[in-house]
Amino acid sequence: MSQSSDEKPAFRVRAAEIVMAGVFLALGAIVIFDSVRLGIGWKEDGPQAGYFPFYIGAIICISTLINLLAALAAAMKRNPTFVEVGQLKLVLSVLVPTAVYVGLIGWIGIYLASALFVALFMRWLGKYPWWKVTAVAAGNSVVFFLIFEVWFKIPLPKGPLEALLGLN
Amino acid sequence: MDEIQSLLQGFAIALTLKNVALMFTGIILGVIIGVLPGLGGANGVAILLPLTFSMAQAPGGTTSAIILLSCIYWGALFGGAITSILFNIPGEPWSVATTFDGYPLAQKGRAGAALTAAFTSSFVGALIAVIVITFLSPIVASFALEFGPPEFFSVYLLTFCAFVGMSKEPPFKTLASMMLGFALAAVGTDPVTGALRLTFGTTHLLTGFDFLIAVIGLFGIGEILLTLEEGLAFKGAKAKINLKIVLETWKELPKYWLTSIRSSVVGCFMGIVPGGATPASFMSYGVARRFSKDGDRFGTGMVEGVVAPETAAHAAGTAALLPMLTLGVPGSPTAAVLLGGLLIWGLQPGPLLFVEQKDFVWGLIASMYLGNIVGLIVVLTCVPLFAAILRVPFSVIAPIIMVICAIGAYTVHNSIFDVWMMLVFGVLGYVFKKLQYPLAPLVLAIVLGDRAESSFRQAMLVSQGDMTIFFSNALVGGMTGLALFLLFWPLILLTVARLRGR
Repeated sequence: MSQSSDEKPAFRVRAAEIVMAGVFLALGAIVIFDSVRLGIGWKEDGPQAGYFPFYIGAIICISTLINLLAALAAAMKRNPTFVEVGQLKLVLSVLVPTAVYVGLIGWIGIYLASALFVALFMRWLGKYPWWKVTAVAAGNSVVFFLIFEVWFKIPLPKGPLEALLGLN
Repeated sequence: MDEIQSLLQGFAIALTLKNVALMFTGIILGVIIGVLPGLGGANGVAILLPLTFSMAQAPGGTTSAIILLSCIYWGALFGGAITSILFNIPGEPWSVATTFDGYPLAQKGRAGAALTAAFTSSFVGALIAVIVITFLSPIVASFALEFGPPEFFSVYLLTFCAFVGMSKEPPFKTLASMMLGFALAAVGTDPVTGALRLTFGTTHLLTGFDFLIAVIGLFGIGEILLTLEEGLAFKGAKAKINLKIVLETWKELPKYWLTSIRSSVVGCFMGIVPGGATPASFMSYGVARRFSKDGDRFGTGMVEGVVAPETAAHAAGTAALLPMLTLGVPGSPTAAVLLGGLLIWGLQPGPLLFVEQKDFVWGLIASMYLGNIVGLIVVLTCVPLFAAILRVPFSVIAPIIMVICAIGAYTVHNSIFDVWMMLVFGVLGYVFKKLQYPLAPLVLAIVLGDRAESSFRQAMLVSQGDMTIFFSNALVGGMTGLALFLLFWPLILLTVARLRGR
């Protein structure tokens, strides 16, 4: 068994199932907790606000427990890879910049942030020459600016650059 | 023949220059959306929905808006076939079955024939479904005018139980995913008492989770992350399509008339009962393989193996609008997004639509006929152009799609918090897909949660908490009974299998 380090499993399905079941259980518990606070019974004007969600939360918890048991039983026999190290690297290499991008939107505006985001991708993952990177990144933002601000008159978040250019 | 007259009126509405132009725009956008990874019918329509807000304000604007959005949907249905056949990458889940015979055909150098067969049978499937909608929906709507809260709740129950019974994912995962949707729908102000639920003091959650954000995240971002795992390059067959190939294929197609009819029936049925286009395409592929005399050679590149799933997928996708229009219960995630559009434009989907908004309903139905003709012309003439989109490297197209998703999520409520939520839903969609949690019931539950709950509580008020109201007459009892049967269907199957095993 000679595996390159990228093909090694980063997580196996069992671990992923357990984490997911944990998330579901936590959410189900939150729903039940808040429903009980609101009242899950009847008042003179009908069912209280927590009546319906309470059962939703209960079903979430019950079906999650069954899923968890099924996953553990299946994983006893074989526990396939959930995601390989190399795949996880690729996914994270998109997810992390995207999170940074969303963070930047509120700060420097969506157009500049988008241009930087596209440029980063093309340069880092695509290894394009700088002139292509600049052309596509800037062109993309200009097109979106025309579509949203000019044609459909839908204002998107803008930052200091747009203020500087007098486009607000 | 009231329907024919209403339909002709609808054509008069749909055939204005503006609406035909919107049809072309919608179809072309839709095919591009269907071809691009990470953008599909549901999230494509969701992203473009905010652009129609101002359009719908004008008189008659809602009809134009729904024509644009529904044509995007038809376009996406057509587009899914292109990537399946040329690249062996199903652009949409309902095109998976198309890859089985479509891609081998392309490898044999018959990509043109496969594409022509796919588009033509999509068109046939859609046409049959539209005819069904034309004649069946007024009947269903007039029937549903008599519905009270218990009947409506039993319809919702049937919808959701059908998911548990018919999805190929494990039933308890379907259930968990669906209930998560209901829980998300419950966040915010309680529609009946006005109490704040599950907000925990944050102002962001006062209005609850918007399903448009969920759709963009789950189907858009989630799909991109999944595509990434496969690597960054697409390798595809060359698309050559000309009049000669089209005519030759058309000569061959009438041979498969029986397969077409069978697949249309499967498709229409699965679309109206919320099974959806994806199971319909698989089912019809399986049925065709079983009944065809060339059944053994399916999977090696048979034209019939392309005809069957494509007809069914398009028939189901189209028929999914029938319950959306007549009952306000969408049969697919994309139909759910269209329903959301109707609500935002101030229309109340359901039986009253056929009484109060005749122009809207019949304009839409007429546009389905026209839109599919337009679609067939557009895809047959422009395939190489659309295939070229997929040759744009992923490192360029992926960030642009991410930006489009982010803008789409932002424009729903002009809030950056929503863009963060989109990202969270994206990760959720990725993990869900990998662990076989289905996404469609989650989305439908977010859309219908409040309405299902309201009808349940109203029914409970009428009966003072007595559950037997859901069996109080033949209609509601029948629907509830069928719902419970579908809910326990996996269990029944399991029991039968156990008994046989002994």
